[in-house]
Amino acid sequence: MALLQIAEPGMSAAPHQHRLAVGIDLGTTNSLVATVKNGIAVCLPDEEGRALMPSVVHYRDDGGRDVGRAALGARVADPRNTIVSVKRFMGRGFADVAHIETMPYIFEETPGMLRLRTVQGSKSPVEISAEILRVLRRRAEASLGGELAGAVITVPAYFDDAQRQATKDAARLAGLHVLRLLNEPTAAAVAYGLDNAVEGVYAVYDLGGGTFDLSILKLTRGVFEVLATNGDASLGGDDFDHRLYCWVLDQTRIDPPSVEDTRRLQMKAREIKELLSVSEEAPFRLRLDSGLSLDLTVSRAAFAEMTRPLVQKTLAPIRRALRDAGLAARDIKGVVMVGGATRMPHIQRAVAAFFGQEPLTNLDPDKVVALGAAMQANALVGNRKPGDDDWLLLDVIPLSLGLETMGGLSEKLIPRNATLPVARAQEFTTYKDGQTAMAFHVVQGERELVADCRSLARFELRGIPPMAAGAARIRVTFQVDADGLLSVSAREASTGVEASILVNPSYGLADGEIADMLRAGFERAGDDLAARALREQQVEAGRLLEAVAQALAADGDLLDAGERAAIAAAMARLQGLVDGPGDTRSLADGITALNRATEEFAARRMDHSIRTALAGHKIAEL
Amino acid sequence: MSVTLTERAARHVAGFIDKRGKGLGIRLGVKTSGCSGMAYKLEFVDETLEGDIVYDSHGVKVVVDQKSLIYLDGTVLDYVREGLNEGFRFDNPNAKNQCGCGESFNV
Repeated sequence: MALLQIAEPGMSAAPHQHRLAVGIDLGTTNSLVATVKNGIAVCLPDEEGRALMPSVVHYRDDGGRDVGRAALGARVADPRNTIVSVKRFMGRGFADVAHIETMPYIFEETPGMLRLRTVQGSKSPVEISAEILRVLRRRAEASLGGELAGAVITVPAYFDDAQRQATKDAARLAGLHVLRLLNEPTAAAVAYGLDNAVEGVYAVYDLGGGTFDLSILKLTRGVFEVLATNGDASLGGDDFDHRLYCWVLDQTRIDPPSVEDTRRLQMKAREIKELLSVSEEAPFRLRLDSGLSLDLTVSRAAFAEMTRPLVQKTLAPIRRALRDAGLAARDIKGVVMVGGATRMPHIQRAVAAFFGQEPLTNLDPDKVVALGAAMQANALVGNRKPGDDDWLLLDVIPLSLGLETMGGLSEKLIPRNATLPVARAQEFTTYKDGQTAMAFHVVQGERELVADCRSLARFELRGIPPMAAGAARIRVTFQVDADGLLSVSAREASTGVEASILVNPSYGLADGEIADMLRAGFERAGDDLAARALREQQVEAGRLLEAVAQALAADGDLLDAGERAAIAAAMARLQGLVDGPGDTRSLADGITALNRATEEFAARRMDHSIRTALAGHKIAEL
Repeated sequence: MSVTLTERAARHVAGFIDKRGKGLGIRLGVKTSGCSGMAYKLEFVDETLEGDIVYDSHGVKVVVDQKSLIYLDGTVLDYVREGLNEGFRFDNPNAKNQCGCGESFNV
């Protein structure tokens, strides 16, 4: 029979109406499941009281499978069929994964996501993750005494659409109804913000097993606003293990070890890393299959020294995020530490030194994400307390969204890190006389040139009434809803003709690509501005040449042969500059020259058109 | 007439109130709903209402309204652990039968 939990006054659920919901932190190294019981978020432990479940799946040759702690032992005995850190493969191809050559698995390069060949056949990362989620689901249902109404699953902020979709698919395969995918740092903020209710701007430093995320969050009266996110999708605690592993190989000068020995050394490295968080030195003693015995002592200082570059690597995303948020380190009121790797003392010291304050560690860094996810899940299934209704989660656009304009330039309508939901509108106009259709090309990226941005969608607006160039008013609206879906609509003001399209802005962008595009955006800012100036001059030159050609066709008889030749010469010169290698200064000069050459012509055309307009009219009529 | 908590239940209620940060005690009640006619109500108490009867059980205030008391007289609230699940259970001598899930009953 069901056991009852205490409800808030007046909020007793009718029987069978309290809906069971959980938050799941599907981590690289460990996974957790949490729920809200008696108004308090708690992690649900296994039979032996342990909340953390290693994200390890072992496919046995007898057709069975072990998940979690039961699979740990098989890492050494059967490394090929024991999958650890599967999260790194979610939605990724072979080329995307770091250190793939040192991994003991047999990979299959399939289009899109890679697959792993095990004794039980080919497995996709989605299927392997589903094994982990299935065990967590069973644990939750046994603990809560009923079927789950839904789950919130956390993902790194940098996960792209393919990785998010893979996570969702894994949950569905495990029989879970996904209420929402929540960014891990946001979940941590939910846990901290609601429990501690301290207002201000916070940084969330999340160094998990395989990913690093840095988020700047603003907490105001229970409203979370993500001001900026940044990070490194292939940096985590595993890299610290790897660095120690490499150091040991280097120290002992042993030959490249066997698959079993590699796994054994890596496990030992992880163990030593964890030991060094609580003690000053640790013995690295190991007997390898090759008969070799290792006996080294690793001091905390030596470990800090060899991993210093990794710690430094986490500081650059902090600087970028702060710059995006328009803040300095001293504006940060507190730094939330998330992920088991943040227990390393030299990381805490580096973060403290950067922000000039001790980071917050009062919630368990391993559990904080799952707890926040549980709170969100509880709110989403409707088990909310009165007064919780104004509970808002605001997320941000990871890369700017814009439109292609003439000359292949990107006009940004929604800047990066704009909070969701967001809508922006801008007016555009026609480029040519009598233009009746307009093509829209929606792009995402920080670069000035469309060629360097990611193309998202194209659509056309037809039925614009023929008007002179620049006379039509076309209002383009970008709207991104709370789920990150972008809709773009264009509307011509005088006729009301409309066209629109729905796109998912993160579709097809790998997180590495996002990072690369961001980096390129910062590094090439100078080049981009120059390129933009050049394109603008080229567009202007093109527009002028066309206008002059049209004028000549219409009113060429107003000029004598010499004048015509002078204008033609100026046009040819400018055309040559447009077609040439491109130099902003000389293009500008060429435009000025053509303008000057046609001044007299323009004046004569003006006179002529006035005369034509006035011809045959009496003064009285005017 | 009385409604009591087991010592274990009282300890957990006190703990939950402590973590919640406020609350006078715990309210037990019944309401008509559910598959067997009536359902138990278990809530934190921030204020007592007119007609409430307040008991003290192992140092925890137990609040019951008069109407509910008719159906709850003699009830002992226990805190139990069943496998991975833990929570409160009503041991109600008035209940003739209850639905399989234990959330509702009839008299």
